[in-house]
Amino acid sequence: MADVQMLALAPPQPAPTAQRLGKLSAYFGTPGNTIISVASIAIILFVIKLAFGWLVVDAVFSGNGETCKVSGGACWPFVAQKLRYMLFGFYPYEEQWRPLTALLLLFGACGVSMVPRFWSRALLVAWIVVILPVLYILMAGGLFGLTPVPTTSWGGLPLSFLLSFIGLTLAMPLGIVLALARASNLPAIRVLAVGFIEIVRGVPLISILFMATVMLPLFMPDGVTIDKLVRAQVAIILFASAYIAEIVRGGLQDVPVGQFEAGKSLGLHYWQVMRKIVLPQALKKVIPPMVGLFIGFFQDTTLVTIVGLVDFLDTVRSAIRDPEWQGIAVLEGYLVAAAVYFTFSALMGAYSRFLEQHFRTTHA
Amino acid sequence: MAFLHDMRFRAYFYQVVAIGFVVLAGWTMFSTASDNLAKQNIATGFDFLTRPAGFVITEAAIAFEATDTVGRAILVGIANTVKVSLLAAIFGTLLGLGVGIARMSHNPLLARLALTYVELLRNVPLLLYLFLWYSLIILVLPPVKQALNLLPGVYLSNSGLVVPAALLQSGGLALLACLVGGAAAAFFIRTVATRRRIATGQPNQGGLLAIAALLAPVFLLWLAGGFSVDWDFPTAGKFRLTAGLHVRPEFVALLFGLALSASANVAEIVRAGIQAVGKGQWEASAALGLSRGKTMRLVVLPQALRIIIPPLTNTYLTVFKNSSLAIAIGYPDLVMVSNTVMNQTGQAIETIAIFMGVYLALSITISLIMNWYNAHVALKER
Repeated sequence: MADVQMLALAPPQPAPTAQRLGKLSAYFGTPGNTIISVASIAIILFVIKLAFGWLVVDAVFSGNGETCKVSGGACWPFVAQKLRYMLFGFYPYEEQWRPLTALLLLFGACGVSMVPRFWSRALLVAWIVVILPVLYILMAGGLFGLTPVPTTSWGGLPLSFLLSFIGLTLAMPLGIVLALARASNLPAIRVLAVGFIEIVRGVPLISILFMATVMLPLFMPDGVTIDKLVRAQVAIILFASAYIAEIVRGGLQDVPVGQFEAGKSLGLHYWQVMRKIVLPQALKKVIPPMVGLFIGFFQDTTLVTIVGLVDFLDTVRSAIRDPEWQGIAVLEGYLVAAAVYFTFSALMGAYSRFLEQHFRTTHA
Repeated sequence: MAFLHDMRFRAYFYQVVAIGFVVLAGWTMFSTASDNLAKQNIATGFDFLTRPAGFVITEAAIAFEATDTVGRAILVGIANTVKVSLLAAIFGTLLGLGVGIARMSHNPLLARLALTYVELLRNVPLLLYLFLWYSLIILVLPPVKQALNLLPGVYLSNSGLVVPAALLQSGGLALLACLVGGAAAAFFIRTVATRRRIATGQPNQGGLLAIAALLAPVFLLWLAGGFSVDWDFPTAGKFRLTAGLHVRPEFVALLFGLALSASANVAEIVRAGIQAVGKGQWEASAALGLSRGKTMRLVVLPQALRIIIPPLTNTYLTVFKNSSLAIAIGYPDLVMVSNTVMNQTGQAIETIAIFMGVYLALSITISLIMNWYNAHVALKER
């Protein structure tokens, strides 16, 4: 990235006295550049003025739907009144500390897990044995005197995070197995893996969600019903695993064949070679694109609202359609949702760039 | 028991187990499904495709009536999907190319603006944007009764944009012949002009001549009165506008959302591709006296294209698959029509199989076309 920009930003040998001028010439060097700068400044000022006017000057800070209706600005009372519903949906009101705790626990655990120094087998075990069960018990209840809450009442931000994070965590091992199967030298295994991966990648997520919600019940014997949330979750896991498999395949191809052969010549079994030699190298290489995939899937879980699950986008939409606020706070609602999605996606993006940097400096 | 340790035996054993498992799972699902369907009195098979649909489709790329068959309804869905994805891919590419180049501008302000644009689009779900654009169209524009009359015959309201429709009365064949002939002539002139430019080193007016050759036959035909067009003007009724060409808000919101999200991806791909071209190429062009614009157009972009095409293929496939979000805002694409068919006929398995098959087939087609193009521009080792 630096190459092209350096070439143009810095003229060959800038004289020391011309350096301050050189800084300004990046903005006003030539007539064309000046026009671009002025136009850019005009756009930025216009957006700031528009946003400030809408968010602060013309905004309504207290009142109800009626006061908002007459004003042209943002309707903050709507956000204040509806925030709790947007975050937690129809989860029983008195019990909403539980999803909140679960969310905070998830954030904390993710925050710790994001530090490469803490990556270890113990952390993985902690996730499986402690964190995931605690999250589930907090949400579902039924143990330790917590009132049971059926999954049909789950909603809002916890549901979005559950679907995307848990889905991707569980899709990971499946994706790795698929990638290995695709690279296998057993033709039948390879064909099955290629078939699954290419079919899943060739159709939109919504069609897999439709299969899980509309078609799957037809494939179940009488009397057997699977929770709708679980079905959507399984659909997301299957969908994600195909994409993970393709990323892992790229990593596998980057590991020289010599590594595999060396392992074999030491007398290790296929799985031992994979687990101890090839996969550690391959997975390390694919961490940055994997985080990129996570960002995409975090956003794609919004599609479950189409098959009738109450995720964060869905609670925001029902808040907007509330009769008291109908047609008044549309922009407010979507902006709150956009801000939440933007924050988490941008954080993950920054993390991905950090990882890229981290691996470049330590393993180049 | 020595054969248990034989590698060849093990290889066969694993494969047989894997295939056996898949076949068994498939057979179990198939038999339970047929049992369930028999109990619910749903006939299996694709007979329902020939039955009358009995529902209307608000926007059809090919003509459709409620009395047409279910099969034709699904065809309309496919046509609508292709229409919106194709337009979104074209607009997204053009916009993305601009933003990608702006992203590398030496003007920090413009570069930052482009970066903000890309980040805003990439970090917020497409579905949210679709809902947002759709609601904004509905909220900001007036209801159809007070439709804005922008130009004579052009009405803008929250039920869409209505413009006069051009109906070709006669001479369609002649028009088509002129278009094809013009295109062929333009292509020929351009090829010859390029060859001569390379041979002589002198610039020529091949581009202008080609454009003239493209337009001249149609213009002459129009002068000669070879074809006639009927303009169908919309009329403002009490509740709705009738006649004319109707661009619906669902279509606009979907096209807008898809094109914007594609443009953000294209911008990043273009930027990465251009930056992957070595610095020496810029320096060599500068040494030859080429301007920055010419360097970009004649030296860097052709090389960047090779790096750009594979990820660009993925972006187009994503646009195509994302067009299925149409169902969320009510644009009758393949998924939405299929959903209606499912609700009306109860043939869930067949319908889902059809639309997944169509998506697969079209995805593969797009991949093939792009692979062919990739091979076409790839570095030719001589």
